[in-house]
Amino acid sequence: MKVALIGLGSVGRGVAEMLAKKDDLGLVLTGIADSKSAFMDPDGIDITRVLAKKKKTGSCGDQHLSAADVIKKADYDALVEVTPTNALSGEPAIGHIKAALNRKKHVVTSNKGPIALAGKELRAMAKKKGVSLRYEATVAGAIPVMHTLEHGLAGNEILALYGVLNGTCNFILTRMAAEGLTYEQALMEAREMGYAEADPTYDVQGIDAAIKLVILANTIWDNGVKLADVDRTGIDLLTPDALRLADEMGCTIRLIAEANPKKRLLRVSPRILDKNHPLVFEGTLNALTLETDMAKQITLIGRGAGSVETASAIIGDLLYIRDRYVQRA
Amino acid sequence: MKLEMKDSPGQLVAALKPISEVGGNIIAVLHQRDPDPDNHTLNVQIVLDLPKGRLDNLVALLKDQGVRIQRIGEERLLYQRSVILIGHLMHTGFSDTFDQIDSTGFAEMTELVMSMPAVNERSSSRITIKAVSRDDMEAALAILRRVSQQKSLLMIEPLEDAA
Repeated sequence: MKVALIGLGSVGRGVAEMLAKKDDLGLVLTGIADSKSAFMDPDGIDITRVLAKKKKTGSCGDQHLSAADVIKKADYDALVEVTPTNALSGEPAIGHIKAALNRKKHVVTSNKGPIALAGKELRAMAKKKGVSLRYEATVAGAIPVMHTLEHGLAGNEILALYGVLNGTCNFILTRMAAEGLTYEQALMEAREMGYAEADPTYDVQGIDAAIKLVILANTIWDNGVKLADVDRTGIDLLTPDALRLADEMGCTIRLIAEANPKKRLLRVSPRILDKNHPLVFEGTLNALTLETDMAKQITLIGRGAGSVETASAIIGDLLYIRDRYVQRA
Repeated sequence: MKLEMKDSPGQLVAALKPISEVGGNIIAVLHQRDPDPDNHTLNVQIVLDLPKGRLDNLVALLKDQGVRIQRIGEERLLYQRSVILIGHLMHTGFSDTFDQIDSTGFAEMTELVMSMPAVNERSSSRITIKAVSRDDMEAALAILRRVSQQKSLLMIEPLEDAA
């Protein structure tokens, strides 16, 4: 199956590296683009060479070509859209995805913006064009949430879900509880470790977790909820004393995203959890508990971010499309 | 409640029957199998959940069955939750909130642990509430939520299993 890759940041690089390394998957890269340049070869791109060029010059290909050229002209079956997320406009990713769907190409993305903002429209468009739009990597990184919902839990009614969907917050809370650090100290440590952005707002105010919650809710219940519908409280006002008070009763505090349509509940907030609760773990991991009518509770725990970890989710989606739609390998 | 009854067949069933008749729910029955040899009686402890105002009725029914009630220990408040509040709790005059919850009659605050760092810094407090039922607990928490919002306090609640 032929694949075009748009975006060569951390995630795009991870995908490219894994495609180069795992050359027995039957996935051939025929188009690649970063923010400044692009490159196409219908017979398959020499990924190692392109990545070396990117490292040396800052661009992966021809400066006269752009992502739009690859999407419109390259010979591919599936587009991998991994440009930086814009949670407000969703662009340029929405445009990229629409252009590919219009050409009846499958799309795989890790980009939360387009799915949270225009998921319904994009899913409808993919359906109309008879292609697949998959976004396993948008929620909880490497954890196969969507695959679990779609296949493992097929036939189950999902009653509710709750989870830890932001690793940065989980790291900060872990450090505050373990060392009695203030929020500011723990945030500084998260930055030094490379877990927090220079502007941590998206993470610490629960926006990132809320976006993932919106994607999950729409995917499972198709209820049209938006980011503004999420009742959201971050962790930036937590005190070391609060964590100590929780600790005194055998508990700790975690940022929990939860949705329960019957209770009209869609919330991201710091919560008190027993230390033995399955959603209490240390560091940057993510986890999600699904409550279903037949399987009851299922909890998935794993890496929620990272270059290769996210590539795992993307390649899983690509191989699903290959097996389901594209027989040539 | 702790009951004393004759050590003869059918007595225990006879003692339990009135409980369901008054709408009570038996939570546990502790049956001590060492009858008093002198009186030929048996001691049984029963933990039960009873709707308000039915206790007198039950006591009367049990007496009719020839069951002697040794002791009734009433634990009125069954549900317990702890929440943590962060903010300027003292400056915002919080005692009226405690009064509001206590005055509902169905829930009360049973513990307050507070830590105050410096005068102008936000304090953190752990408040424990006990309530008669799950609904009453939810009503008490709703009062706390409303007051927290009014007074710009961050309220951290326990995660209950969703379904």
